[in-house]
Amino acid sequence: MDRMFLYSGVYIALLMLVSLYRTAAGPTTLDRLMGANAMGTKTTILILFMGVVFHRLDMFVDIALAYAMLNFISVLAASRYFLKRGLGDRP
Amino acid sequence: MDIATGVLLGIGLLFFTGGTLGLIRLPDVYSRLHMAGKIDTMGSICLVAALFLYEITTFDLAHVLVGLKILLVLFFVFIASPTACHAMVDACLRAGLAPWVKGGQEDEP
Repeated sequence: MDRMFLYSGVYIALLMLVSLYRTAAGPTTLDRLMGANAMGTKTTILILFMGVVFHRLDMFVDIALAYAMLNFISVLAASRYFLKRGLGDRP
Repeated sequence: MDIATGVLLGIGLLFFTGGTLGLIRLPDVYSRLHMAGKIDTMGSICLVAALFLYEITTFDLAHVLVGLKILLVLFFVFIASPTACHAMVDACLRAGLAPWVKGGQEDEP
C-alpha cells in the first residue's frame, strides 16, 4: 500500500511539471497566478503522500496544513492586489 | 478498506489529470480557472479521503488523532480553494479580460 502512495506521488509530481508550464508561459498574469495555485494544491497532497512513504504522517500533516494555509493566503493577497491595481500587461 | 483506498486514489488522480490537461488546453483564462478551481478541489478531496481511510485502518488513539488532522486539511481545502478561485475570477473581471467566443472577437463593441 505504501508503494501505491509512492507511485501516486510520482504521478502528481509529473502533473506539477505540466502546471509549471502554464505558470511559466501563461499569456496573462492571472494565468501565472492560477498555475501557481494549482501547483500549491498538488504540493499539499504530495507532502501528505511523502508522510506515508516516510512513515511520519503525524509530522507531515502539520506541514501540509501550514502549506495549504500559506498557499491560500498568498493567492488571495495577490488577487486582491491585482483587483485594486489592474493587470500590468494590458494597454 | 484497501479497495476503497485504491478506488478513491484512482478517482482523485483521474480528476487531477483532467484538471491539468484543461489547464493546458483550454482557450482563455475563465475556462482555465473553471478547470483549476473545481477539478483540483474534487481531486484533492478524493485523495485526502483516501489517505484518511488508509490512516484509520489501524484503529488506535494516535492514528485517529492524525486522521482528524487529515480531515482538517480536507475541510480547509474545501473552504479555501473555491474562495481563491472566486478571488481570481473577480480580479479577471475587474481587469477587463474579454471572455473567449467561438470564431474570434468580431462581435465585441
